[in-house]
Amino acid sequence: MTDTLRIEDLHVAVEGKPILKGASLTINRGETHALMGPNGSGKSTLGMATMGHPHYEVTGGHVWLNDVDLLELDADERARSGVFMAFQRPMAIPGVKLADFLRHATTNVRNPDRQEGEELIPMREFRKELKSKMEHLQIDMEFARRYVNDGFSGGEMKRAEILQLAMLQPKFAVLDETDSGLDADAVRLASESIAEIGGDKMGLLIITHHDKLLEHNPPDFTHVMLGGRIVETGGIELAHELHERGYERIREEYPEAAAENREMAEASA
Amino acid sequence: MTSTATATGFSQEAFDAFLTAHGEPSWCTDARRDAWDLFQQLDWPARNAEEWMRTDIRTFRLDRYGLPGGEVDNSLLPPALLSEGVELGGHSTAIDSVSLDGHLEQQWADKGVLFCSLGTAVREHGDLVRKYFGRAVDSSYDRFAALNTACFSGGTFLYVPRGVVVDQPFHCLTALTDGATDLSRTLVVLEEGAQATLMSEMKSTEGAEKGLHCGAIELMVAPGANLRFVNLQDWAHGVWHFAHQRAIVDRDATLQWTIGALGSKLAKVNQHVELVGQGAHSQVNGVIFTEGKQHLSYHTLQHHRAPHTTSDFLYKSALQDSSRTVWRGMIKVDPEAQKTDGYQRNDNLVLSAKARADSIPGLEIEADDVRCTHGSTSGRVDEEQIFYCQSRGFTRKEAARAIVAGFFQQIFDRITIESVRESLGLAVARKVREYE
Ligand SMILES: Nc1ncnc2c1ncn2[C@@H]1O[C@H](COP(=O)(O)OP(=O)(O)O)[C@@H](O)[C@H]1O
Ligand SMILES: [Mg+2]
Repeated sequence: MTDTLRIEDLHVAVEGKPILKGASLTINRGETHALMGPNGSGKSTLGMATMGHPHYEVTGGHVWLNDVDLLELDADERARSGVFMAFQRPMAIPGVKLADFLRHATTNVRNPDRQEGEELIPMREFRKELKSKMEHLQIDMEFARRYVNDGFSGGEMKRAEILQLAMLQPKFAVLDETDSGLDADAVRLASESIAEIGGDKMGLLIITHHDKLLEHNPPDFTHVMLGGRIVETGGIELAHELHERGYERIREEYPEAAAENREMAEASA
Repeated sequence: MTSTATATGFSQEAFDAFLTAHGEPSWCTDARRDAWDLFQQLDWPARNAEEWMRTDIRTFRLDRYGLPGGEVDNSLLPPALLSEGVELGGHSTAIDSVSLDGHLEQQWADKGVLFCSLGTAVREHGDLVRKYFGRAVDSSYDRFAALNTACFSGGTFLYVPRGVVVDQPFHCLTALTDGATDLSRTLVVLEEGAQATLMSEMKSTEGAEKGLHCGAIELMVAPGANLRFVNLQDWAHGVWHFAHQRAIVDRDATLQWTIGALGSKLAKVNQHVELVGQGAHSQVNGVIFTEGKQHLSYHTLQHHRAPHTTSDFLYKSALQDSSRTVWRGMIKVDPEAQKTDGYQRNDNLVLSAKARADSIPGLEIEADDVRCTHGSTSGRVDEEQIFYCQSRGFTRKEAARAIVAGFFQQIFDRITIESVRESLGLAVARKVREYE
């Protein structure tokens, strides 16, 4: 049976302010979903709450990974059960080399029952795998010796996120604007890499404003978020439409959600 | 040791017996007696004195401790941390301020290098020691400085003649049994153009809890010489640690001084670097980790006394439980020390709500053409960083460990001695418990 990630009527508040007001979507492993919507509509919030960021308070709903409610788990347990998020703004961990960070992460994710202090995956084996993945992604090996996201350019951070995706091989991944901050060539490379890494092996939820990423990763489903709700779900043609014509039609058809979206945007301004 | 000065407290009788037992040249005995008089005359530091207002020693009772001497059991020596896997140029060990074995590689002895306990040096190389003894540490500074000069015992003497480059590090291990006293004193002399590395570590013996360290360090770096000095304090958490440490760095000489502070109940340390010759350079690195109810107080001075001198200073501390650190730093630039470049920085990572780090940088500049910068930060571990690690499968505790290790990495990147980097890194990482 294939794995399923099912977000069910998810309500999320940040600092006491409701942001998500009942979002639902289901992703089967192997499918690609696009999550689109204007700025501030709640796309990142959906990903953060799924991953378990403590700042995002879930006030209702469920996130099922098969028959496990992820909301009952700490973020690290979610990662170990096969959920990943490439962040819009990844954190820097000064002083921690990307290679060491990834060796630890890879060990834990591949051995979900590993106890603290138990052996990490052997250095040689890990190095070899990391090297081949980095070559594939055309990332210079020197990169692995740098401190995690410390002093990285926007583009370097995104590439580092993709490298982590490639190493951790999750069942499901939320990619939050992983194509922003990259130049045209880098976007193409990132898009191809994601298609290769993710493709039919993972369930992908891609948050993007550009069409390049979706060109290489054609979505089976497109969801439109507005005012903290998923107001419409369609196929790839919906993504094309939004890309070409913007959110005018959506706003007109869902005036309540549009009003809420405006409110949220104003409150945060 | 011919006689045992089994002293209770620091009485006149005990001191006289101690002097007799040592049979040292008169210049040394005189210096000890002068310092003893100072020790008798000086009061304990006032509660409101700048260096002591944050550091309370009212429960310290000197009469619980005594002058060193007597039998020690060298099977009690704890394992060394800093020298693991290192080919040493020489090593020395001491327990309770009594020197045990020592060794100096023949090739360095042949070049005129001296490496032995300071007590041995006073007896065997008295004229040489006399030239430098007490030049850096001022016995009249306070009771602790006076007490060390009067009663120093064991300790280390390293002398490297002009132009001799020693590429193997020296190591000394100073141990303390339960309730004992360590009055060790380190004197390092590098003559012109000499180069050497000395790693010194202090540890309690297995199971020991209490004790007193009242120590002094004097580092003399002659023109063009290059000294790397490391001192690691890893006492049990019932040990009182009082220390006066000063380096004098001459023209075009370089000092890299790394301190590790992990142990003791309460530490009060004065660490001074004096740059006395044009072009002198010092780099000071501090790795501090406190937990439980530890209280570590460091008072540092970068004193620029000559033109074109540079000093670089970075202390990093991580604090767990209800521990506390105090750092009071000063860059002082004399009027003649033009073109000075001084830098000082102290970063504190506070791992628990009850821990507290006081960080007080200071500048006192009397020259007009200088560049001096300072800064300090204190904060909790960033929850966003913890979450980021967790989202990659790290447990909360593993995340905190990685972040703390990363915090110190900036210091390790400056330390050029691999074994020191590695052992300090491991020691620190082991200490991080659950991060609340
Ligand atoms: N960490 C946060 N603190 C405060 N407000 C937040 C935070 N994250 C999101 N919000 C608010 O939640 C709303 C949705 O944000 P977000 O999920 O980032 O939107 P999107 O990713 O669709 O642009 C915005 O109004 C934003 O201001
Ligand atoms: Mg977003």
